[in-house]
Amino acid sequence: MSLTHLELLEAESIHIMREVAAECENPVMLYSIGKDSSVMLHLALKAFYPSKPPFPLLHVDTTWKFREMIEFRDNLAKTLGLELLVHINEDGVKEGVGPFTHGSAYHTDVMKTQALKQALSKYKFDAAFGGARRDEEKSRAKERIFSFRSAQHRWDPKNQRPELWNIYNTRISKGESMRVFPMSNWTELDIWQYIHLENIQIPSLYYAAKRPVVERDGMIIMVDDDRVPLEPGEEPVEKMVRFRTLGCYPLTGAVESEATTLPDIIQETLLTTSSERQGRAIDKDSAASMEKKKQEGYF
Amino acid sequence: MSHQDNLIAEDILAYLEAQRNKSYLRCLTCGSVDDGKSTLIGRLLFDSKMIYEDQLSALENDSKKSGTQGEKIDLALLVDGLAAEREQGITIDVAYRFFSTDKRKFIIADTPGHIQYTRNMATGASTADLAIILIDARRGVLDQTRRHSYIASLLGIRNIVVAVNKMDLVEFSQHKFNEIEEEYRGFAEKLDFKEIVCIPMSALDGDNVMNRSERCKWYKGKSLMEHLETVDISQEVTQTSFRMPVQWVNRPNLDFRGYSGTIAAGQVKPGDEIIVIPSGKRSVVDKIVIRDGDLYQAEVNESVTITLRDEIDISRGDIICSTDDPAEQSDQFQANIIWMDEEAMFPGRQYIMKINNQTVPATVTDLKYKVNVNNFAHEAGKSLALNEVGVCNLSLGKPIPFDSYKKNRHTGAFILIDRQTNATIGAGMLDYSLRRAANVVWQDLEVGKVERANLKHQKPAVLWFTGLSGSGKSTIAGLLEKKLFDIGRHTYVLDGDNVRHGLNKDLGFTDADRVENIRRVAETSRLMVEAGLMVMVSFISPFRSERQMARNLMEDGEFIEVFVNTPLDVAEQRDVKGLYKKAREGKIKNFTGIDSPYEAPENPDIVVDTVDKTPEKAVEQILAYLEENGYLSAS
Ligand SMILES: Nc1nc2c(ncn2[C@@H]2O[C@H](COP(=O)(O)OP(=O)(O)OP(=O)(O)O)[C@@H](O)[C@H]2O)c(=O)[nH]1
Ligand SMILES: [Mg+2]
Repeated sequence: MSLTHLELLEAESIHIMREVAAECENPVMLYSIGKDSSVMLHLALKAFYPSKPPFPLLHVDTTWKFREMIEFRDNLAKTLGLELLVHINEDGVKEGVGPFTHGSAYHTDVMKTQALKQALSKYKFDAAFGGARRDEEKSRAKERIFSFRSAQHRWDPKNQRPELWNIYNTRISKGESMRVFPMSNWTELDIWQYIHLENIQIPSLYYAAKRPVVERDGMIIMVDDDRVPLEPGEEPVEKMVRFRTLGCYPLTGAVESEATTLPDIIQETLLTTSSERQGRAIDKDSAASMEKKKQEGYF
Repeated sequence: MSHQDNLIAEDILAYLEAQRNKSYLRCLTCGSVDDGKSTLIGRLLFDSKMIYEDQLSALENDSKKSGTQGEKIDLALLVDGLAAEREQGITIDVAYRFFSTDKRKFIIADTPGHIQYTRNMATGASTADLAIILIDARRGVLDQTRRHSYIASLLGIRNIVVAVNKMDLVEFSQHKFNEIEEEYRGFAEKLDFKEIVCIPMSALDGDNVMNRSERCKWYKGKSLMEHLETVDISQEVTQTSFRMPVQWVNRPNLDFRGYSGTIAAGQVKPGDEIIVIPSGKRSVVDKIVIRDGDLYQAEVNESVTITLRDEIDISRGDIICSTDDPAEQSDQFQANIIWMDEEAMFPGRQYIMKINNQTVPATVTDLKYKVNVNNFAHEAGKSLALNEVGVCNLSLGKPIPFDSYKKNRHTGAFILIDRQTNATIGAGMLDYSLRRAANVVWQDLEVGKVERANLKHQKPAVLWFTGLSGSGKSTIAGLLEKKLFDIGRHTYVLDGDNVRHGLNKDLGFTDADRVENIRRVAETSRLMVEAGLMVMVSFISPFRSERQMARNLMEDGEFIEVFVNTPLDVAEQRDVKGLYKKAREGKIKNFTGIDSPYEAPENPDIVVDTVDKTPEKAVEQILAYLEENGYLSAS
């Protein structure tokens, strides 16, 4: 009996995580609370069992995440007894940066990309796990599993280290770091299927429920707190919606849906005709936008 | 995603169950530039409905902007994801794409055809079970076709699909196709393939990609997808006995000690007897621990944690093996190496090898031959340049456990890492240990002058500066050292200041003492050349015979006499240290040029003129000499 493709993917991810634990001095797991992070954390729990994962979790909090995400995060870290680091770009907070006032690009740059770089430098992490997958986007499809970053956190797509077999070169000089993507070879369907098979907890925002929403630039935005600027006389409407990805709530479009169970969600995901990133305002800018962001240090 | 639409809509749970049991195929596309590799993958993604509507509309825009197909969509843009690739219309680095059909899931690596990116092709090939080699029907088998086929074979790929592409441009000529098939099979005979399937194709239009084409009815074989869905990739498993390289020692508390790793061959059960290589210690498997409980059995490719009945010392890099056919161990190997760095590989240099979860220093002791990838001939060579393949002998800093790559693609593979840049500069496959049982007395790698020099990437020599006091020897030697240091050479300057005060402080300025002074300096510089350094000796050394004595101590080419030619009146006029004045006043005896002779060299290797030239110019002149005579091009 040879392994099924999910078993192979799982084994590959575990191998990658153990390699980091064995070779890197100060690794961290970027935990963003979404479904991919949930799977990544689950894999880490498996990789090191009965030990706990030998690295902390880091959440870069833009202060605009869904409230439920934050609750979910804190609960999970407590239940599992894992160290959770939360980093907020205080400069951005002082400046009052937010997506409504400053636009998505500036907000994401300051509160996410810059914040991430701050945190990585502050704690001097030499390796950071990310839950990104190659099937998400064209420039991700080009990235190595162990992705080298300069001391300025820059990615040089034209000069990546050859990466053969499952032998990973983790050697870096002082100040440099690696981003490590243990789930590079998973697809969106693999993720859902694995969540289904392994009964992995994900925030209920993924499931359809009645939520107060408004429409902005063709996107359905959930009114998660009182920071959403409403037109005079505008009232949020209750709609049955869910989210295909989770991020900053003002930048994450909801989809109208009746999917209240995991099989429902998977069914809907499979039958949809648009990619999951479509709901993210950040990816629309231009074909090469992700590559550019990644070069600048975006995860 | 629309395959099995009906089942998804009707019974999602049944669909998920069916998905779960799909098999998995990892493959790559390769071949020469512009043969249509990226287009083919784009076509596969497109036809297996893996493209979402928003991605399709983006593709249509991109095609107008930077496509190669005019108004038509350019499918290659689905895969060529980097800005530079889209601008140049070529593939630079591997892209990994995913698709699935009713029967199988696929990971497909799109690799670049350009020769300078061959290392990226090897990256894609290292994890693949099948290679799709594209050939442009108009151009036939090219160098890159052969190179990629050779690398695929070397990396252990046994299943080949030859996609004879762009058949639309040759009117689906059967004759053309047969010609190409024949030529390919002819040269591939020398390679290690199990199965070669040739398919006429148009990646652009989709002929014989998903379905058999109406446009070439003469072709009776399968379409590419039909073949990929059914091809048997269970490699002839050459190795079935258990081995697991230890990746991580799992010690949550004093009561638990587990060994985590990915199983590289065979299977394991509690109660199995094991042996640890290289220590040779034995024990019995107690448990196979995973988070969901203990396993009854685990097999190749699974990542597990194993506990043993006995407390024995095992660390990362050891291999836990079944006792009947354990891994070998050695520190001397023959191996195939694919070189991946701009800077060539030279025997004698030391690299870092990563193999089976450990890193060890490794020196290539001999490049036995290079492989000409066009005719597979063995050719002699002194170095391996970027993208070249060669067979080498390697000597490691310590013995490691291993299998030959032919037996096991996991435990016989390694990468080489540059000590300075940390870049991955080579990939290799172990053939066999050079220390065979019959060969009990083996040669240790001796560390000699050549090995030390190679480690420093330089050609050691003495630059012997001779000339009057105040001629500028030390200034020039000092500047030269700085230049050499800047380009990474290991140097040392010997001059009156650092020798007269220590080693030679018992010597005066009589003729005898001057001779002894030079003898000691010459011997010291010889030792430094042995140590691999570029030594600058800056001494007046007025007598020809001593300079000849120094030259005789070195091998040919190791002694470079530099005559710093400054006439006495000029030196005396400069008199930087006021010594000429003192000598003229009789306060210093035996001063060269005043009351002791200076014998100018008759055949110096370099003469520098300091009257009309600045010291900087003199240094340039010397550097040019060194360059011309091969002292600066590494080993
Ligand atoms: N007529 C025709 N053109 C094709 C076919 N396949 C590819 N092409 C064209 O050939 C050119 C090169 O195609 P690519 O897919 O980029 O080639 P490639 O092999 O990926 O090239 P590199 O990755 O740069 O080595 C493009 O203009 C394609 O549209 C085909 O079957 N028929
Ligand atoms: Mg291409």
